[in-house]
Amino acid sequence: MAEIIDGGGGGGGKHQKKKAKKGNVHLDMTPMVDLAFLLLTFFILATSLSKPKTMEIIYPKEVEDTDETTKVDDALATTVLVGEEDEHVFYYTGVFKPDSTVLIHTDYSKEGIRKVLLDRNKRINDQVTALKEQLTNKIINDTTYQVAYSKIVGDSLAPFVIVKTIPTSKFRNVVNVMDELNITNIKKRAIIDMGDSENIAMRQRIVELGLKK
Amino acid sequence: MPKVKMPKSAPSLDMTPMVDLGFLLVTFFILTAKFRPNEPVIVDTPKSTSSIALPEKVMLVTIDKDGRVFFDLSGKEIKRAMLQGMLERYPQVKVSEDVAQRFAVLGTFGQPIERMEQYIKGDEKLRKAMDDRKDAGIPLDSLNNQLGDWIQEGYEAFMTDAQAKGFTIAQLKDKEGLRYAIKADGDTDYEKVEKVIDIFRDKNIFQFNMVTSLEGIDDAPAVVEE
Repeated sequence: MAEIIDGGGGGGGKHQKKKAKKGNVHLDMTPMVDLAFLLLTFFILATSLSKPKTMEIIYPKEVEDTDETTKVDDALATTVLVGEEDEHVFYYTGVFKPDSTVLIHTDYSKEGIRKVLLDRNKRINDQVTALKEQLTNKIINDTTYQVAYSKIVGDSLAPFVIVKTIPTSKFRNVVNVMDELNITNIKKRAIIDMGDSENIAMRQRIVELGLKK
Repeated sequence: MPKVKMPKSAPSLDMTPMVDLGFLLVTFFILTAKFRPNEPVIVDTPKSTSSIALPEKVMLVTIDKDGRVFFDLSGKEIKRAMLQGMLERYPQVKVSEDVAQRFAVLGTFGQPIERMEQYIKGDEKLRKAMDDRKDAGIPLDSLNNQLGDWIQEGYEAFMTDAQAKGFTIAQLKDKEGLRYAIKADGDTDYEKVEKVIDIFRDKNIFQFNMVTSLEGIDDAPAVVEE
């Protein structure tokens, strides 16, 4: 494939010394380029460029039962009930009373559970926003920010959320709730099994609202 | 006026820079390529806005939507040592040396220990068939908690390896330590995930990385109209 194009030094005169030919070597690189791009395409396709993303969840050491969690100020508690179907999501605030607590139906959209949680956590989030502003204006440094941030979100008066599941709750929906908690900056949370009384109340509510069973 | 003579020879393009670039990219991709490990089941992970990457040193438990449990651990040598530990635990299972070597390069697996030898020895077709079986998956009930044993052996193999590499306990507790990831299908019943988590909790492991796929913060999940 390689061709040597004579530089035109062939017809030299008698007096010229014999020179080694300084020919230009032209290589046809097309096949090599083909191969290179073939390999390139293969590796691009074969490489998993983006590693999967993960969400960190820390579980408590002991299984917390409801009695224990309610020892903290009840008014700060929000309980999210996650049912079997995607639209089975309810919440209530404070302590559950089988006769009087009304389960409020919501959904996993931006206007649903996120809004509820944002409202609950407004005081904390306002503080965090103010703190972030200080950081961007370089009033405080990064370490101070981290310390202050942990202090704000871990405040004893910060709202906390209990996520209650039934055995057939879908993993997707549990992740959805945890994700909303991350977005709304609620660090105090727990995932526990739903009690019977709440489960009954939830089933009743599903029937009342005419949701898919 | 004389006509403008067009050169009759074919125009030649200097392809050198292109070739240079091409090979540069090829080299880059060859060096960074990590082949996607064998995945016995397709798992449709839920979406989240979290952008934490999956850690390098990780023990990965995969749960498919029927609740079958699969297991993987990063590091060939560690996997090899883990299998050794398991074989000591289950002396009735015999796996020869060269078969054990093949285990190390196998990706995620999910078979009861009794069927492991057949699984490793088999070709891709057999493995696929075994993975498709309804009774595939690592047993994790309280009487036959093989998942707990895999976790225990995997952890011990990892620690032995890490200490041989000279990591200190403080490092292992911090960034260099083994992380635990759970990759479950969005449709998996939470009960099944909880069961796996409870086994980890029995081993004093409380922090998990749930594998999710990325979504934008404003992407609302589909809401079914009532």
